[in-house]
Parts: sequence; structure tokens; C-alpha cells
Amino acid sequence: MENRPSNVPVTINVNGNALSAEVEPRTLLALFLRDDLHLTGTHIGCDTSNCGACTVLLDGDAVKSCTVLAVQADGRDITTIEGVAGDDGSFSAVQEGFRQEHGLQCGYCTPGMIMAATALLADNPNPSEHDIRHNLEGNLCRCTGYQMIVNSVRWAAENPDGVSVSVGGQGAHS
Amino acid sequence: MIPAAFEYKKAGSADEAIALLTEYGDEAKLLAGGHSLLPLMKLRLARPEVLIDIGNVADLSYVREDGDHIAVGALTRHRDVERSDVLRSALPVLAHVASTVGDPQVRNRGTIGGSIVHGDPASDLPSVVLATGATLVVRGSGGQREIAAADFFVDFLETAVAADELLTEIKFPKSNGAGWSFQKFNRRAQDWAIVGATVVGGDNPGVSLVNMGSKPELSVAATEAMASGASPSDVGAAAADGAANPPEDLSANVAYRRHLARSLVERAVAEASN
Ligand SMILES: Cc1cc2nc3c(=O)[nH]c(=O)nc-3n(C[C@H](O)[C@H](O)[C@H](O)COP(=O)(O)OP(=O)(O)OC[C@H]3O[C@@H](n4cnc5c(N)ncnc54)[C@H](O)[C@@H]3O)c2cc1C
Ligand code: FES
Ligand code: FES
Repeated sequence: MENRPSNVPVTINVNGNALSAEVEPRTLLALFLRDDLHLTGTHIGCDTSNCGACTVLLDGDAVKSCTVLAVQADGRDITTIEGVAGDDGSFSAVQEGFRQEHGLQCGYCTPGMIMAATALLADNPNPSEHDIRHNLEGNLCRCTGYQMIVNSVRWAAENPDGVSVSVGGQGAHS
Repeated sequence: MIPAAFEYKKAGSADEAIALLTEYGDEAKLLAGGHSLLPLMKLRLARPEVLIDIGNVADLSYVREDGDHIAVGALTRHRDVERSDVLRSALPVLAHVASTVGDPQVRNRGTIGGSIVHGDPASDLPSVVLATGATLVVRGSGGQREIAAADFFVDFLETAVAADELLTEIKFPKSNGAGWSFQKFNRRAQDWAIVGATVVGGDNPGVSLVNMGSKPELSVAATEAMASGASPSDVGAAAADGAANPPEDLSANVAYRRHLARSLVERAVAEASN
């Protein structure tokens, strides 16, 4: 195309902060979050909508941010992994579950897993093992074999208040 | 992977979308959930110059009973189809098939209209359109028209929807308690069907196949066999033999695809007759 397409103004509520920006229409939400907002907790794994590493919440629903345009998030609420912990840094129940049950090894898939699990528990606070596996179908993990991840989500379901441990505090698996 | 540059237009209503389609013609593509189009654009297999975003046209997202049929708005997301109480009771096959599309993240974005207009032979929802004999309502600058399921899917990724038209609604006949079954064969839970089959029983039976040709297809031979009361295995054989042009890919060659079609249809007919 000879003429450069015009940028589009958007206002996106990211982790509770309303942000206004002018974005090139082809900007993927994942890249907007990572490159423009420096929220690099959202990982890009496959870049082909298969692995779920890039999962964020769009108005509370889990979506793959490598397959959403930033302009499609205009006027919406986005929650990334950076917005999951409490304001005081305390882990959410799902984060704490991953720590307690050792739901990660390399950690690459973990932000996406936590976002997908967060959406699941918001919708179904007491999921069966089948529910958990079915709802994490869109998230691939190359390390854990999934069992520890399922255990982590079960832990979060059983301990909805989590355990109040601040980030950077004493590790649970020392 | 980043799509080629395009101009972005947001349509607030169906009429606005049609006006934009009329203005930009072949250069433009509609963007619904984006879960077929954006992956193609990222691979640069599609390079529309203008994207018309209809994702926010809220009044095209609904499921409602309307006399003898159920009307589903084209912008209804797979997740809302899957969870619709109306569909679960009046057309459970549609709710069930929607629940098998991709994974939760895909179902939170993808729309029934996008899936149908995309016309991918490997996609699941067109098989319900065909097996139930649904009617597709499209609107363009020339007004509104209705297209029968049998006339809708034209060729690979090609449907009867014209460049300046929008699919607005799908009218599914109510199942009235008729038996049904959907069989999807894949290797991993989130995958597309290697082969799939939708069977509905009752007075107007239908047998349709997923990923057994260049477009979503009703198996005419199997549907006729079922209507005449043939056994599940005979209906399965009719479906397998009747598929004119099964694709060949890394997952399956033609013989294996025919074998799968036969088994899946046999199973589906038995289940739908229970
Ligand atoms: C990882 C992954 C796994 C998937 N697995 C499956 C699966 O197992 N089974 C399956 O069936 N599908 C699967 N899909 C596809 C998914 O269902 C898509 O969402 C769907 O095919 C397209 O719907 P959409 O709303 O995203 O359409 P879009 O991608 O926005 O649009 C698709 C096409 O339809 C056109 N279009 C969209 N809406 C309209 C309308 N109302 N009127 C006229 N034209 C329109 C667009 O211009 C475009 O050409 C998968 C997708 C992904 C990314
Ligand atoms: S990076 Fe988005 S699904 Fe893999
Ligand atoms: S922990 Fe390494 S990919 Fe999941």
C-alpha cells in the first residue's frame, strides 16, 4: 500500500489503568503489551494461536493475545499476569497454588497457564480434574507433563484466599 | 509474525459495515473474531488493505426461538453458543459442536458467522448447518436474501456470500427431540478434526462430513440411506464411498480418511438412533 495507514487512537484499561495510545492497526495485542507497555510477563511462544503462552484476560475472558489486535481491545479491560497479584504484592490463589504444588519448571508457559486458570476459577470455583484439563486445552507446557499444573489449580480452588505471602518474601520451597 | 499494513475501520452496525464494504469493495475484509483471518494475515496468506471490524456489532449476537426455528446472530461467539440454554434444549447438537471448537480461548473469540463464512472444510460448525438444513440470512447493499445450506458452500474457503454482503443470521430448524450425534476424530484435544461427522435423525435426517472434501459437505448418499432406514454400517459406507474428493495431508491419506468417515458415521447414526 502506497499510503501508510493511519494510526488509530485507543483507550485500553490494562490492569486497572486506563491507557490511551495511538496504535498502528496491525499491532498485535501481545506486542502492544510487551513492546509498548513493557509488560513482558505475557509470553509469546508459538505466535500461531496454539500454545496459549500469550493468554491474557479480555473483559475477564481468556484470549490469546497473539491473535487479537490491540485495536480490538479498545474500550476493554485487559488483565495480564502483572495484574494478578494483590496491590501489596500478595500472590493470588492461583499464583500461590503454582508455588505450593510446583506447577512449573522452566516457567515459560506459566503466565498463560495462570491467566487461563484464573478465568476458569472465576467461572467455576470448584472444577473437577476433568474441568481443569478441558479448560487448559489451549495451553501447552513442554516441561511439567501437566499433572503438577492440574494440582496447582486444584490447590487454588481449595484455598481461594491463597496464602498471604509477599513477593520476594521467604520462598515456600527452600 | 505481523500482518501486512491495513487501514482499520470499526463498524458500529450491520448497515455501517455494508456501507464500508460497498465503499472499499474487494480491498476490504470483515473482521469478526479474527481467529481464522488474523492467523492467515500473520502468515501473509491474506493481505486485505482494509479491515472492517464488526466485532462490536452487539445486536448481531443473540440466540432466540422464533416459531419453528432458532435464530442465531452471526456475531455470536462459540462460547455463547456452547452455553445457550435455548440451544441446549431446542438444538443440543449445535451447542455441543460449538463446545468442541478449538480451545476455550478460541471459543471466547471466534464467532459462528465467521466460522461459516470462512467455509473451511475442516471446520465443525458448517457441518451442523448442513445436517440440519439451516438457512443463512445475508444482507448487502442490494437488500437481504436467504440462502439454503445446500447452496451456501461453494468451494475451498468460498461461500455464496458476495463481497459486499454480510451474514447476519442463521436459522436452524428446531430438532424437536430428534436424535443427533457429532463425532470428531483428532489426535490432541484442541485440534481440528482429521475427519468429523454430524448426524441428525428425525423426519428430516442429515449426514454431513468434516474435512472429507474441498468444502463443508452434506453427504447426499448417506442422508438418503438414512432416510430410507438403512443400517448404521450401510449409512457409514454410503458416506465413505460418496465423498468425491477427500483431502490428503500429514494426518491422513485418502484411504484412511474414508475409513474414518465410515466408522464415525456408523457410530454417529447408531448414537443418533438411540
Ligand atoms: C488455534 C485455533 C484452533 C481452532 N480450532 C477449530 C476447530 O477445532 N474447529 C473449528 O471449526 N474451528 C476452529 N478454529 C477456527 C475458529 O472457529 C474461528 O474462530 C472461526 O473459524 C472463524 O470465526 P471468526 O469470528 O474468528 O472469523 P474471522 O477470522 O474474523 O473471519 C473469518 C472470515 O469470515 C469473514 N466473516 C466473518 N464474519 C462474517 C460475517 N458476519 N459476514 C460475512 N463475512 C464474515 C471474514 O471476512 C473472514 O474472511 C480454530 C482457530 C484457532 C485459531
Ligand atoms: S503465542 Fe499466542 S498462542 Fe502461542
Ligand atoms: S514449565 Fe516449561 S513450558 Fe511449562
